[in-house]
Parts: sequence; C-alpha cells; structure tokens
Amino acid sequence: MIPELGNFSLILAFCLACLMVVIPMAGVITNNQLWMSLCRPLSSGIWVFMILSFGCLAYAFLNDDFSVNYVANNSNSLLPGRYKFAAVWGGHEGSLLLWVLMLASWSYAVSLFSKGLPQDILARVLSVMGIILVGFLLFMLLTSNPFERTLLNTPLDGGDLNPLLQDFGLIVHPPFLYMGYVGFSVAFAFAIAALLSGRLDAAWARWTRPWTNAAWSFLSIGIALGSWWAYYELGWGGWWFWDPVENVAFMPWLAGTALIHSLAVTEKRGIFKSWTVLLAIAAFSLSLLGAFIVRSGVLTSVHSFAVDPERGMVLLTIMLLVIGSSLLLYAVRAPVVKGIASYTLTSREVFLLINNIILVVATAAVLLGTLYPLIHEAIYGEANRVSIGKPYFDTIFVPLMGLLAFALGFGTFSRWKKTSVDYLKKQTGKILIASVALGIIIPLVVTSEFNISAIIAVILAFWIVFAVLKDIVDKTTNKKSFLQGLKALSLSYWGMQVAHFGMAVIILGVCLTSHYSVERDVRLAPGDSEIIGDYEFIFEGASLEQGPNYQADRAEIRVLRNGEDYITLQPEKRLYFATRVVQTEAGIDVGLFRDLFTALGDERGDGSWVVRIHYKPFVLWIWLGAILMAFGGVLAITDKRYRSSKVVVQNESTATSANNNSKAKLAVES
Amino acid sequence: MNLSFPVLSKMRKLLFFFLLSFVCFLSANAAIEVYQFDDETQQQRFNALSDQLRCPMCLNSNLSGSDAPIAADLRAEIYEQILDGRSNDEIIDFMTQRYGDFINYRPPLNSGTFLLWFGPLILLLSGFLIIWRMGKNSQNLQTEDLSAEEQQRLKSLLAGKK
Amino acid sequence: MNKRVLLLIPGVFFVAMLGLLLFGLGRDPNMVPSALVNRPLPEFSLPGLELDQTENNLVIASEDLKGGISIINFWATWCPPCHVEHPYLVEISQQEQDVTFIGVNYKDDLEEARLFLEEKGSPFEKIIVDLDGSLGIDFGVAGAPETFIVDSFGMIRYRHVGVINHQIWEETFEPVISRIK
Repeated sequence: MIPELGNFSLILAFCLACLMVVIPMAGVITNNQLWMSLCRPLSSGIWVFMILSFGCLAYAFLNDDFSVNYVANNSNSLLPGRYKFAAVWGGHEGSLLLWVLMLASWSYAVSLFSKGLPQDILARVLSVMGIILVGFLLFMLLTSNPFERTLLNTPLDGGDLNPLLQDFGLIVHPPFLYMGYVGFSVAFAFAIAALLSGRLDAAWARWTRPWTNAAWSFLSIGIALGSWWAYYELGWGGWWFWDPVENVAFMPWLAGTALIHSLAVTEKRGIFKSWTVLLAIAAFSLSLLGAFIVRSGVLTSVHSFAVDPERGMVLLTIMLLVIGSSLLLYAVRAPVVKGIASYTLTSREVFLLINNIILVVATAAVLLGTLYPLIHEAIYGEANRVSIGKPYFDTIFVPLMGLLAFALGFGTFSRWKKTSVDYLKKQTGKILIASVALGIIIPLVVTSEFNISAIIAVILAFWIVFAVLKDIVDKTTNKKSFLQGLKALSLSYWGMQVAHFGMAVIILGVCLTSHYSVERDVRLAPGDSEIIGDYEFIFEGASLEQGPNYQADRAEIRVLRNGEDYITLQPEKRLYFATRVVQTEAGIDVGLFRDLFTALGDERGDGSWVVRIHYKPFVLWIWLGAILMAFGGVLAITDKRYRSSKVVVQNESTATSANNNSKAKLAVES
Repeated sequence: MNLSFPVLSKMRKLLFFFLLSFVCFLSANAAIEVYQFDDETQQQRFNALSDQLRCPMCLNSNLSGSDAPIAADLRAEIYEQILDGRSNDEIIDFMTQRYGDFINYRPPLNSGTFLLWFGPLILLLSGFLIIWRMGKNSQNLQTEDLSAEEQQRLKSLLAGKK
Repeated sequence: MNKRVLLLIPGVFFVAMLGLLLFGLGRDPNMVPSALVNRPLPEFSLPGLELDQTENNLVIASEDLKGGISIINFWATWCPPCHVEHPYLVEISQQEQDVTFIGVNYKDDLEEARLFLEEKGSPFEKIIVDLDGSLGIDFGVAGAPETFIVDSFGMIRYRHVGVINHQIWEETFEPVISRIK
C-alpha cells in the first residue's frame, strides 16, 4: 500500500511539474498575472508530493518491506536502523529520488524567498526548474522506479547494503552533495530567465548571488564529507584519488567558484554579463555531466552505481535537450554589446578575471583528464588505452591553485575600476616579504629538512592570511574603535574573508599532509611496537568481536606519547554476514595538528598481524578549511542587501536605468 | 531516437557474471603487506610506484589500494626489482611492455597526449592574453575627462531622472 | 556578427563532448587491452606437467611453441570460470586438429591440477607450470581464464579474457585462426 502511495506521489509530482513548465511560461507570454502566479503553489505542491514519496520509500526501508525490489537489493533485516534510512539513497533509484527531492526543495525555496522578484522573472525561473524536474521524474518513472515490487515470491530477507556504505558517511555525504550539485540548477534557471526575458543586468546578478553561494556552500561540504569519508573508511589513508566520480563532483564546484566571483563583477559594475551567464549554464551542465558519468558506466570507477548503458542514453538525452537548448539560446540571446565600464589592468575587475581564467582552466583540465581516455580511445583504438590519474592531475592542478593563491593576495587590495600598481606594491610589499621569510624559516626549523613544495605552500598560506588580516585592519583604522570598525564591515565582506582564509587553511592541510606524512606497514606480534616521532604504537593482539550484522577481528593498539599512555586505537577487520564482504575499519586518533591512523592487514598465523600505521600531520585542516569556505559562503548570503525586498524593488529601477546611462554610472549601493 | 529500455539479456548477464567472478573481491581492504626495505629511499620508491601503477583487474585502483591477486603479484615484482637495483623508469617500462600504457596512471608524453599535457597551459596563456587585451582596450575608454559642457548635461540628466 | 559566432563555440564544444560520451556508451570500459598483440611471445623456459608420470623432468621453452598455431590457455583449479570453460576446451581441442592447445597452470597446486585433468580430461598437448605467476606477468595476464592465440612464428595474435565456449570460439577465435593460417 505504502509503496503504491509513494509511486503515485511521484506521478502526481510529475504532473504538477509539467504544469509548472507550461502554465507560468504561458502566463509570461500572454502577460497573464494569474497564470504566472501559479508557479508558487505549483512548486509547493511538487515539493509536498516529493516529500511524501520519499517518506514512503523510507517507510518501506524502516519496515523491512522486501517486496519492494529496491529495498530488497539494498537492505537487510539485521541492518541498523540509521543505515536502513540512509539506504534510501544507497542505490541508483533511491538516490535519483533524493536528487529530485533536492530539486523540488530548491524550487520551493526559490518560490518562498523571492518576494522582491518580479512576477515574470520568477515564473520563468520556476518554469525552467520545472523542465529539469520533468526530465528527471520521467527518467525515474520510466526506467528507475524505486517502488517496483515483487509481490509473488517476495524475498525473505534483503541482499544487504554494501558494507562500505554502512557508515555515518552515507548518512551525510550524499544529502549535502546533492543539495550542492542540484542547487546550481537555480543559478542556471536564473540565467535562462535572463536570456529569455532580455533582462540581464546588475539586478539579475544580485538575485542570483545568494542562490549560487548557497549551492556552492553545500557542495563544498558535500565534497569535503566525501573526502573525509574515503579517508577513514577505505583504510589507505588517502583522501582524494582523482577518480572520475570525484572529478565530476569537483568540476561544478570549480565552475561555481568562478561563477561566484564573476557574479560579483556583474553585480557591482554590470559587465561580463554574457560570461557570467555562460558560467551559470556551465556549472549546472557539469552537474548533469556528473549524473551521467556516475550512472552510465562510461568511465570505470569504484564509486559508481551499478552501471547500465540504457540509463546513460536517457541521461545523455536529457543533457542534449536541456544544455543544448540553453547554449543555443545563449548564442542567440546573450548580449554582445560590450559593457562600457572601463577598468585598468590592475583593477579589481581584472583580478577577478584572473580568478576566473585560472578556475576555468582548472575545470577544463579536470574535464580533459577525466574524459581523455575516451578521446584517446576514439582516435587510437581500444588496444591503446591510457589511464590518467593522480600524477597528471596533481601536476596540472596544484600549480594552478598556487597561481590563484598568489593572485588572491594582490586581489584583496585591488579596487574597482582603478588601482595603481604603486598602491598595490605599497599594500603588499611587507606582507610578501614576511610570508616568504616565514615560509622558508618555519618548515626548516620544524622539520629540519628542505622541501620546496612545503615551503611554497606555507608562503602562500601566510600570504593569504596576512592579506586578509591587513585588509581588515585597513578597513577599520579610521573608525572610532576597532570593534566598531569590525561591526561596520558588511556580512558579505566577512563571508569573503572567511572563505579566503579557509582556502589558506586547505592549502596548508593538503600540502603539509602530502609531504610530511609518515606511513609504515609492519608486521607486529603481540608486544611488538613501532615508533614514529614522539609516538610509540604497541600492538597488544587481536580478538574476535560480534557486531549487529558482522563479525570482526579487533586489534588493540596502545599508543604512548613521550613514553606515557595516550590512547588505545582499535582498528577492525569485519566480515559481513549477508554479503560475505571483508572490510577494514581504521582506528584513528583525530587531532588538530595530526591524525594517528591505524589499519589492520592480514593475520600471519603466529598471532602476529600486518598493521598499517600512519602519522598524518594537518590532515584535519583539509576539511576544516572546506567548512570555513562553506561558512564564508553562508555569511555572504545573510548580508542585508539580499534580505529587504522593498529596497530591491527601488534599486532595481535605478540599477537598470543606471546601466543604460553609462556616463551617469552611479555606484550601486553595496 | 528510439527510447526503449529492454532488460539486459540473459546471455549478457551471464557473461558479465563470469567476467566478474575472477575479478578482485569487492572488499574495502587496502592491501597491507610487509615489504621491508633497509633504505628509506627505496621504501618511498616502492610506495610511489605502487601508487602510480594501476591494478589491471580493478575498477580504477592503484596497486597500493588493491586487494586483487594480480596487484599483490605486481607489488611483489616491484619489490624484487627495486632490490635488484632497477630504476623507476625501468620498472615502469617493464610494466607497460606487458600491460600497456593502461597500467601507468601517468600518461606518456607523445603526440597522442600532447593536448592533454599542454592544453591547459595553452588555455591559461590564451586567457591571460585576452585579459591583457581587454584591460588595454578598456583603458582607452576612460570617461573621467568630461568637458564642462558635458558635466552640465550630466547634472541635468541626473536631476531629471529623480 | 563576429561576436555572435564566438558565442556558438560553447555549443559546438558541448555537442562534440556529447558525441564523445555517446561513443563511450558503446564500448566496454572494463576491458583491459593487451599490450602484446602482434608482438613476439615472451621468452620462457619452464617445467611442464605430465599427467601419466609422477616425476617431472619435462621442460617447455617458448621456442617449442613455434612452427604451428598454438592456443595458450591460462587456467587454475581455484578459478570457477575455468571449471565452466573446461568441457568446451576439451571438445574444441578434439575438433580442431590443426591448432595445438597449450595450458598454463597458473599459480596452482600441481597435485590438484593433475587430479583435475585426469578426472575431467585434458585439452592440452602440453602443460606449462607457472607456480608464482611470473609467466602470467610476462603475458600481461590479470587473472584466469585468459587465452592467447600464437601463430607459427611465435607472434601473439589475439587475447581473450574470460570463458570460452563454442559460440565465442566460432565468433572470435575462428576468424583470427583462419587469417593467420
């Protein structure tokens, strides 16, 4: 009964989505206020039915309804409750449901938080989102319905959730990731609405920015969670493999970062409009590409869902229709008249352009590297397959980020329209010297070894941090008190500085852990120990333990720090009953400045085991930095200019008229 | 486009299963064995090579991250060759002669991969060139110098708009 | 006009990418290519397995394989698909008189292998013993079963990963064999 209800809700959502495509757009064309206004209730209706549908699937999982095929394939009666819930999105069909639920949620949010938006713009935006909803709902209903049932010969128990997924990571990573991924559809919809309406201006940029920031923040956390999960779950201590599935989540993020910065220019100065619109289309297109790559099986990956080329064809069709028509619309309708604003070579506009170029090249490089095996095979045949992995991506990506970090320092002090080179030199001279000095001295002193990559990383991190701090100090010097000065700075400004600071933190985390990690694979008998730095790892032996749906060998590793008892780590090796899969659980001591990572290998017969012990400095900073960046994005959204709707309506008319009169270009309040 | 979605034919399913059955376990076991080197540099070379070479049998894994029997064999082979004194290049050549460029996660640099290795750089330089030209062009459009008459016009325009 | 044309570039690029992905859908991403096709057989000299005798003095070298078309099949008793393909191999080896079936017992237990062949029959004229898998590595083998076609000059002409049955033999092996005769 419940699964049928869930299926029916999907169908209803689909019908409403079709209506949401047609009616508001028809309202725009015929200038019918009523039809346009229907977009709001339609989006709420779709959301309600998607929640209902999701609820039904969750109910089926939590009640072990194995007559539903998807539940039987991804769950088991012995599965702990929280994983039964998370298993809703553990496989292809259910994760698609989550995808569509996220899309419906974003549409609903747009209808809720757009009081100041002109009726016809909102109608167009929601109509475009409706098109995407229709596409994916059709995809689900026709090929990937999670509610399919086997009513005769219902299995007695399920095939169990893949043990790799029976983890906290599954509970958090996909929801955040999808919120981000799918969230770029809003920026996309705004871009299409702008092209359709012909109203592409600073006001449009101001409407689009908070939605872009929100999606970007979610995606930052989603990717960070994925990386963190891989780190502690997979047992090899790594956190990024440049696997195709990782890359296709990363590309929208890179394009999204470029979009955020490009929107800033368009909002402030009304230029780069066509470019910004293109970026908005690109970011969401990359999201769709991601959905395709992950589910079609075109590229080999450990992460992908069970593959099916037929699904791939459907997704390719959706991509062709949605992106193809957007790019056609873009070619026909994007403004070609050059923005008449002027700017010097070292102005803020140019630095943001530099930011965009670097990020776009990085996106292109990741895309190239990910798809190149296909290109190579198309030209040279399948006998000559190449593989492209970490060595390629690191070589290309890391220097680009270094360049970006370097530009960031200067960009922080640049001003709109005109910045003199002397001014920049004056602002950055001292901090440049300080960064270089600290960057060389600190690694040398702490590690007593010369590692050029680590040095550059530390220099760049200090460079960014000093630039951020100096700029804050500069902006608060002529206020009555420091605290007053800080309060006077806008939330948007704080968001920017926090996010940039987060970038410095990530740079340190990534580079220091890459260069200074110590990894040992050793064979230890009970009583044996291994020493890394101040830590001594004493292997006390392994015992057999029972879990809810697995049996485990659990090792006790007593860790001494400077000779004193510090902690006992318990890495495990689990055998899951239902799937007979063996899986390692690492024993990790998380610290702000270093992680101690242990994992269990094979037993060697005489009671000794092979144990992996890693000392990983600063690895936590990778994810802390990502959280900071996401937090910065959220701060920027809460800036008051995005909140008051009255101001929006007024400014909108002055903004558009100001744009039309370039000589009278007034600074739009920001 | 014909959008029909037939279920995977039985034969294909069977074949797929056969192919899968001698593939590595679906296990989250990062391979942990003990390859002891006296020399720390050799240890690092071993780790680096195991990271750079791809497991021929797995779904996108390097040798150090794979449990497959063939990955274990190849790691043993690398171990032996390092002890034998072979250089990194020689070991990689050994592997690519037998398993093709496929086994090397670092794609070779040849005419077929020229665009791969240099494309991003070319794109970057083109981008900077474009910015340079845009900045230069824009500088020519300075609107600072308005004549007195134009300033009057500006004032009245602004007054009129309000 | 010039600018408008520039705006078409993203669209063109996108369509090209879509074409590439379409191509990608049509191929098998998990197939590992063989680097040895159209290259000479790796040189080796390894013990052979003789079924009728308990003492193994036989040595088989790569040279011995030249002079006629050989089908080299890597197999082992621990490999379930090898059990599946075995009866087919026996039948095919009896049918095809002008090709020599050579087995490579890959990382296996000799006694088990001998028992297996004595029970189920042997399609092989010669059996090479590869205890540690080093011959497998030389051939670029990633698992069992894998089968190679070698021509009379000792050049490897084809590699097949997985089970062989009559259909596969007719559709993929026969054409290659007729070509190299």
